[in-house]
Amino acid sequence: MSNQQHISAEEFDVRDYMRLELFPHFLCPGCGHGMALRAMMWALYENNISMDKLAVVCGIGCSGRLGAYIDSNTFHTTHGRPLAFATGLALARPDLHVVVITGDGDCLAIGGNHLIHACRRNVNMTCLMLNNEVYGMTGGQVSPTTSKDRYTTTTPYGNREPVFDACKLAEAAGAGFVGREVTMQVPTLKDLIKQAFDYNGFSFVEIISDCTEVFGRKNQLGESAEMILSQKAGTRPDSYGNKVDEPFHPNALKTGVLAMTGRPEYRAHMQPFKKEG
Amino acid sequence: MLAKPTRKNVQGNAACALGAIAAGCKFYAGYPITPSSEIAEGMARELPKVDGFFVQMEDEIASMGAVIGASLGGVKSMTATSGPGFSLKQENLGYAAMTETPCVIANVMRGGPSTGMPTRPGQGDIMQARWGTHGDHPIIALTPASVGEIYSETIRAFNLSERLRVPVVILIDEAIGHLLETIDLTPPDPETLITRKWATGDKDAFLPFAETDDLVPPMAKPGDGYRTHTTGLTHDEKGFPTQVPEKGERAVMRLLDKLDHHAKLIQSFEVLQCDDADVVITAFGISARAAKRAVKNLRSNGIKVGLFRPITLWPFPHEAFQKATKNATSVVVAEMNAGQLVLEIERLVNQKQTVHRLNRIDGEVFTPQEIETVIQEIVS
Ligand code: SF4
Repeated sequence: MSNQQHISAEEFDVRDYMRLELFPHFLCPGCGHGMALRAMMWALYENNISMDKLAVVCGIGCSGRLGAYIDSNTFHTTHGRPLAFATGLALARPDLHVVVITGDGDCLAIGGNHLIHACRRNVNMTCLMLNNEVYGMTGGQVSPTTSKDRYTTTTPYGNREPVFDACKLAEAAGAGFVGREVTMQVPTLKDLIKQAFDYNGFSFVEIISDCTEVFGRKNQLGESAEMILSQKAGTRPDSYGNKVDEPFHPNALKTGVLAMTGRPEYRAHMQPFKKEG
Repeated sequence: MLAKPTRKNVQGNAACALGAIAAGCKFYAGYPITPSSEIAEGMARELPKVDGFFVQMEDEIASMGAVIGASLGGVKSMTATSGPGFSLKQENLGYAAMTETPCVIANVMRGGPSTGMPTRPGQGDIMQARWGTHGDHPIIALTPASVGEIYSETIRAFNLSERLRVPVVILIDEAIGHLLETIDLTPPDPETLITRKWATGDKDAFLPFAETDDLVPPMAKPGDGYRTHTTGLTHDEKGFPTQVPEKGERAVMRLLDKLDHHAKLIQSFEVLQCDDADVVITAFGISARAAKRAVKNLRSNGIKVGLFRPITLWPFPHEAFQKATKNATSVVVAEMNAGQLVLEIERLVNQKQTVHRLNRIDGEVFTPQEIETVIQEIVS
C-alpha cells in the first residue's frame, strides 16, 4: 500500500466508517472487541483501503457480529466457516481486500480445519482472530483457548484441557505472516494489523481481547480496566499456562510479528493456461 | 450464428462438467467423493481454459462455503458431491437459500444411509435435497434421466439459480452419472444464458432484499459501491438482522413465494401416453428409463399405461401430475429408495385412485420386467 498516512488517535474518527444507524451496538460495556475493531478500522484508513473495495467476512459469535457495523461489503457467514467463504471470494475477486474477523471458538474449534488449510494455501487475505478465551455469545462456555483451571458454564470445576497456541499453529501450518497483540495497546495493534494488510498472502493476527461480562465476571477478574491491564502486565501469562502445574507454554505470551516468510501467494503457483492449437 | 452441432460420446458426470462450463460457470470448489469425482476432475481440466478457478478444499463444508463466497463475489459457481458430502453441505446450503446466493450443487446419488454403497446407484437423497437443511427454505432439485439431459439440465440449473437467486440441486443417480452416451454438445445460444440482475442506480436508497415485483431483488456486486450486508440471520429489506415478527415472517415468506411465483419457469416434466391410461407410472432418473420401456411393452399388449416423469423434482409439478393422472385409477411410484417420492404422490391423488409402491434399495436398478409384472397384477 502506497501513500500510507499516520493519523493520530484524536484525528481518526472511527464513526466516519461505521453504520451508525445500527447503533447502539450490541457489545457489553468494557468488551475488548470494540478496541480490536477500532484498531482494524484505523489500520484500513491509514493503509488507504477503500471501503468500496473492502470485503469483511465474519463467522459466528460476538466477534462475528462486528462486521455489520462496518460501512463496507460485509458478510456474516456460518459458524467456523468464514475462511472457507473468504477463500472463494478472494479467488473469484482478487481486486477486493478481504479481511476475516473470527473468534477463538469460531476459528480454532469448529473452524480449525479451515484455519490450517487457509494457512497452508496462502491466499491473499487477513484473518483477525479475537481471542477472549470463551464462547461469549452463547453464555460463556469453555473454548480451545480458555486458560487452565478457569471457570466457565461448561467447566464448573475448572478447565482441565490445555490451550491452543493459535500463532504457533498458524505458523506451523504455513501462514506467511503471523502476529499477536493485545487490545490494551490500540496504536501498536493498529500498526501490526497494517503490516498484516500489506502482506501479500495469508496473514494471521491473534488479538488478545477480553470478555468482561461473561468470562471476567465468572472468574472474578475485575472490571474491564483491570482485565486489560493484566493483558499488558504479562500479556495475560496465565492464559498460556504460567500458573498451572504443567505449563503448556511456560513463557509469557509473545506479541508483535512472530513470523513472516516470503512464501509466494497462492496464485503465484498458477501458470497461465496455454490454450491448445 | 448458432454453433454447429457437436456429437460426442461422453460420461454422465463429464456431461455435468461440460454443461457447467457451457452455462458460464467460472468457479468450482469441491472435495473428492465417489461416485461424483469425475465432475471435479472435469472442472479441474476445463475451468483453466475459460479463465475460471478450480480449488479442491479441505472438506465438503469448506467447498460449499467457497462456492458461496465466490458467488457472492459475482461469479457463477458450483460444487458436486454424493450423499455423505451432501449431508455436510447442508448448513451452508441453507445459508445460500437464506441469503439468496446463486449456486449449483450436483449430488451423484449412491446407496445410503451413511457410507452406504459408494459405487452403487441410489435415489435415496430426494427428501434430503428438499429438507436437508434446517428451517423453511426454498430449493430447486432437478433429476436428469440421460447423459444428454445431464448436460442440458446443468445449464438450466445455472439459469434458474441466477434468475431466481436460489440454490439448485442436480440429483443424478450413479447409474446415469457413469453412463456413456452420445450426446449433442452444441453450446447453448449465449442469448439463452442467464446472469443474475445486478444492482444499478441510487446507492443510498438501494435495498438488497427488497420486495420487488418478481420477488427476486437485484444483487449488489462487492466493489460497485453499494456496501451491503449479507447475513444468514433473518434480515430486513436492508439486509440487517431483525427480530420484528412481521419483518422476519415476510423475509422468509418471500423466499418461499418466489418459487410459487416462478413455478412455470421452474417446472419441467415428461408425460408419456397418459391420456387414456388406467395406470400411470411415476419415476425419475434411471428408474424412469426402465418405466418407459415397460410402458412400451405393456402398450403392445394392449394395457393402457402411461408415464409421468418429473424432471424438476422440487418444487414438485403438482398440477401437471394431477392432469396427467386425471383418468387413471392407479399410480405406481417406482423409485430406488424405501419410499420417498411416494409420500408426495399420496398427497396428490384423489380418493378413487390407489397408489402402489415399487422400491429397490439393494444398489440395483429396476428392470422393465419387474415394473411390468407389478402393473399386470394391478390390471388383472
Ligand atoms: S459476551 Fe463477552 S465477548 Fe460478547 S460482547 Fe459481551 S463482553 Fe464482549
